[in-house]
Amino acid sequence: MSLWQKYLRPKSVEEALAGLASAPGPACPIAGGTDLLLDLKQGYHPPVHTLVDLTTIPEMAALEIRADKLFIGAAVPLSSIVASGLVLEHAQALIEAARLVGGPQVRNTATLGGNVVHALPAADGTIALMVLDVQAEIADLLGRRMVPVADLFSGPGKSAVNVEREILVGFHLPVRKPHQASAFRRIMRAQGIALPILNVSVWLERRAEFIQDVRIAVGPGGPTPWSASAAEETLRGHPYTTAAFAAAREAVLKQVGFRTSAYRASAEYRAHLIDGLLNECLETAWERAEMD
Amino acid sequence: MSEDQNLTFTVNGKKYTLAPLPGETLAALLRDRLFLTGTKIGCNEAECGSCTVLVDGEPILSCNYPAERAEGKNIVTVEGLASSDNGKLVLHPLQEAFIVHGAVQCGFCIPGQIMTAYALLQKKPDPSREDIRTALKDTLCRCAGYPSIENAIQAAAVAMRTGEAIKPPKLADSANQYRLIGHSQVRPDGVEKVTGKAVYTDDLVFDGMLFAAVKRSGVPHAIVRSIDIKRAQAAPGVVAVLTAQDIPGSHYHGLVIPDWPVMVGVGERVRYVGDAIAIVAAGTQEAATQAASLIEVEFDLQPVITDPVKSLQADAPALFEAGNLLKHIKVRKGNMDQGFAQADVILEHTFHTPITEHAFIEPECSIAVPLPNGRMEIYVGSQIPYQDREQVARALGWPEERVRVVGQLMGGGFGGKEDIAGQIHAALLANRTGRPVKLLFDRHESMLVHPKRHATQIRVKIGAKNNGRLTAVETELYGDTGAYASLGEKVMTRATTHSAGPYDVPHVRADCYAMYTNNPPAGAFRGFGVIQSAFAMESMMDMLAETLGLDRIELRRMNALKVGSITNTGQELRDSVGLIECIDKTEAQMRSIIGNQPLFASRKVPGAPALRRAWGFATAYKNTGLGGGSPDKSSAEVELYADGSMEVRTSAAELGQGLVSVLQMIVAEELSVPLDTVRVLVMDTDLTPDGGPTTASRQTYVTGNAARLAARSLRQAINSTLAEKYDLPPEKIRYSEGLAHVDGHTISLGDIALEMKSQGQEPRAMYEYWAPETKPLGQGGDMHFAFSFAAQAAEVEVNTLTGEVRVLRVISTNDVGQIINALGLNGQVEGGVMMGLGNALTERFIVKDGYVLTDRLARYRIPSIVHTPEIIPIIVESPTKDGPYGAKGVGEIVSIPTTPAITNAIYNAVGVRVDSLPVDQEQILWAIHQASPDMLHKD
Repeated sequence: MSLWQKYLRPKSVEEALAGLASAPGPACPIAGGTDLLLDLKQGYHPPVHTLVDLTTIPEMAALEIRADKLFIGAAVPLSSIVASGLVLEHAQALIEAARLVGGPQVRNTATLGGNVVHALPAADGTIALMVLDVQAEIADLLGRRMVPVADLFSGPGKSAVNVEREILVGFHLPVRKPHQASAFRRIMRAQGIALPILNVSVWLERRAEFIQDVRIAVGPGGPTPWSASAAEETLRGHPYTTAAFAAAREAVLKQVGFRTSAYRASAEYRAHLIDGLLNECLETAWERAEMD
Repeated sequence: MSEDQNLTFTVNGKKYTLAPLPGETLAALLRDRLFLTGTKIGCNEAECGSCTVLVDGEPILSCNYPAERAEGKNIVTVEGLASSDNGKLVLHPLQEAFIVHGAVQCGFCIPGQIMTAYALLQKKPDPSREDIRTALKDTLCRCAGYPSIENAIQAAAVAMRTGEAIKPPKLADSANQYRLIGHSQVRPDGVEKVTGKAVYTDDLVFDGMLFAAVKRSGVPHAIVRSIDIKRAQAAPGVVAVLTAQDIPGSHYHGLVIPDWPVMVGVGERVRYVGDAIAIVAAGTQEAATQAASLIEVEFDLQPVITDPVKSLQADAPALFEAGNLLKHIKVRKGNMDQGFAQADVILEHTFHTPITEHAFIEPECSIAVPLPNGRMEIYVGSQIPYQDREQVARALGWPEERVRVVGQLMGGGFGGKEDIAGQIHAALLANRTGRPVKLLFDRHESMLVHPKRHATQIRVKIGAKNNGRLTAVETELYGDTGAYASLGEKVMTRATTHSAGPYDVPHVRADCYAMYTNNPPAGAFRGFGVIQSAFAMESMMDMLAETLGLDRIELRRMNALKVGSITNTGQELRDSVGLIECIDKTEAQMRSIIGNQPLFASRKVPGAPALRRAWGFATAYKNTGLGGGSPDKSSAEVELYADGSMEVRTSAAELGQGLVSVLQMIVAEELSVPLDTVRVLVMDTDLTPDGGPTTASRQTYVTGNAARLAARSLRQAINSTLAEKYDLPPEKIRYSEGLAHVDGHTISLGDIALEMKSQGQEPRAMYEYWAPETKPLGQGGDMHFAFSFAAQAAEVEVNTLTGEVRVLRVISTNDVGQIINALGLNGQVEGGVMMGLGNALTERFIVKDGYVLTDRLARYRIPSIVHTPEIIPIIVESPTKDGPYGAKGVGEIVSIPTTPAITNAIYNAVGVRVDSLPVDQEQILWAIHQASPDMLHKD
């Protein structure tokens, strides 16, 4: 069986949606395809008849400031994100995450949209987006809508985006205000598949020695990309101290759903690692937030 | 919307317009339709980087890139880098630098390396070490000459910026003075390998060629109840479907014991998930694969044995009529009671090592081509062409001479291309259909099917005096040889005989049980059992040093084998024992790095309170050659041509290790001709005499000698011709640079060839070299004709908050007898360290209940350039009497001490003894917790 029978190269989102709708068999959008094509080859994705290429759509390849938002098209390759001065300025955690995905060749094709739609609970790009107050723009034949990025996941490897008739167009990130900063860190295992054992991203707004606002995401903290809401609560509005950090760490551990994955990492190991990783992310973001 | 329109794109400056094909990747388009086969497919799962090409200047993985995306794009492949100046090939500086720096070994990954590096240099003309590592992170090289690759890229960058010639690497030449031997020489196949012109088996296309697929059992232990091939036969494009009942000759293959079924028939036993049930030939690969999936097999499932220790127990189900014990291997020396009675201290510990996978970047491929004259040609990259011939002929029921094995370039082997892979299946299908048949394993099939490294359990009991002198070593080994024997008996024999380390021990007892299980077969893999036992014994030596409060290095030095020592198999070492020199030089190098600090102290890293660094030390020895009483011989032929060129021929295999350079240099040295006048032809059973298996680090010694002696015979024949022609004694004849000087006359070698022919004499000589006789284990005397020795020191960094381990530096000192090619040797040293590092840190082939979990490259991590430490090579030349110029084996010794040097360093850094491989960062962390909880405090 061929990996696909028909391959469409639309020039607009609307054309792509029409292509999906009119395909004579199962159809699916393809962005970088770095995960999708492997899943098709290896039988982890049901066979498709038509692939609709999203990388030929100019709108989806845009990376630009639109008013008070940074727009990152879902089909922008990760290498462009890593190299982008705009992303560095407004979403540093995303750069730190994206530059760790795959190798350079993979990043030249892999996209942020694909990372999100693949819906793995510890996808680096996704975990970074989780703290950046991102609205995802979704298109279907009826029109467009904005969805908070956290609502895009319905289970491990299950996206809330219905790829048979919907297209994730891109991401709208608020532009960074003074004293806001973000950071991302992860820990890998030397053996086996190249997925993080644990990754953490933090966004915070600093006011003098206080944490004005904070967002924390942890992967894999649950079946879907996970926000540490209780830990955020312990930190928000408080001075950043050793005690505050300890409370935040405890709050993460109390709320999080770490699992033991055979041959990879035990829940206990992840629980231990969160200490260093969370600390590093908070420290980094805290220091970055002081700078401007 | 553009759909199904023609694609228009540019490749290497040439414009193409082609109709898209369903499901076609860019790699397939380039290789199959444009015949640009320099772009290699190593994994087809976006892991290895071999398929890297540039699309609009950016490197991408063409195996995972829809061809449709090429529309309007500008593509550059490895074929597009070199240029031509009046018909003369002008290499790109990167290509030249890769050759000059010895970064090219098997060559299969090289197009990917070069293209990735090319893209980097376009953006960063002056890349840092870090830039190179970032860019090449996922472009894997299993020969693992990563330092040379890095150096080559930097040398090319300099040349491109300055316009100057590529600066060669600074490598130590031999201390001994020869014209060519002992210096650095570039590979004769280097240019083809860097330009993408080098042909590997999968690059070949024959008229009317069919594609094969194998139906694998998919269950680890069962009796086949029925096989239904009807749906497969009826599937579109299918030309033949064969099962066991269609095999005309022998139903079994195997290198030592023919216990491996070519296909498992109805009523017969499946012993692992990779067993073949049926084979299919069809017009396309897709059709063949699809048809194979339609074959229905019913099994009576049997209880699965996965543990070699349990396999020996009386109640274990029998996998073979004779039981599950392949071999009980025994080493006996002295008297154990006495040895342990003399000891002041006795330590005992048990170690475990996992199955590991060769992960050569080129997966197995065989093409069988039936000839009109009734013969069959097999195109394959094989480490033992003559044994392939024999095994293929036996399955066909033919005399061996009816089969010709035409060996192809190999994209790595490391022992994993010694057994039959697809050779017999392709031949059976070609025989049935009368058409050429290609059987290419994809990475998944490669990982399932071919024999691995033996998993072992090794218990070591060691006795010593208070002063450190060893009195007794007792070892008990269990080796998991999996479903079939392969070379299991030989591998585990080597593990056993080497299990007391390179030490002079008066009382030794070793018992090894090589056991069948339902895991994938285990066979040859670089290090051949000694990787496992050296890990156990070298860990014990450090444990002993600590128990006795002795210096680790001194403990090894005082017990080290030396000339006059008797090995534990009763062999007196008469020459070439450079172990103490290896130990001394490694220590001196450490000292020069560390200064007056204690060599093995745990050190903090300023500014990084969680990190600890320390060095570790290990030694090793490894036999050269088959030994154990096996006749070890090789033949080579050297011929002189009328144009003055020479050819040396032998079936010995080139798998990237550099034998072709060794043979070329030896012949050129002996005949006093320029290196490039000597061609090397290997691996063809019609055209080259039998060089024997390429295993056991034997070819430089055995085939090196055969080539050397063949060249000498030819020289004698030339001498006689000239002596007669000029009526002078042969001593008066001098040779230099392809010319003979006879008493004022100068005559070219080409003219001599003509002269010899005119006298009815063929200007060629053949030599069958027999290595010194060896004795079987248990008989005492010389079990091996030579041993190589090594010491390594590794510096590691352990993160006490995560348990993560990084190797920073490795000093690798090897006694190789005599340097033949300093450049090739350096590549072996680098690759050996990296493979040992992978064995320690990254590699674990996981089989659960007989099912392979690490069945893709994505799940089995081999070291990449980012894992690469600084490697400091030191060569010791302690010549062995009968080796060519004193040389002995190199390929394996360079890899053996790395793992224990790393694990000993981890102990020295954080006090955690690793006794089970690979190093598990989580276990390290918990052990730090237990051993020294204070280390967990951040300051």
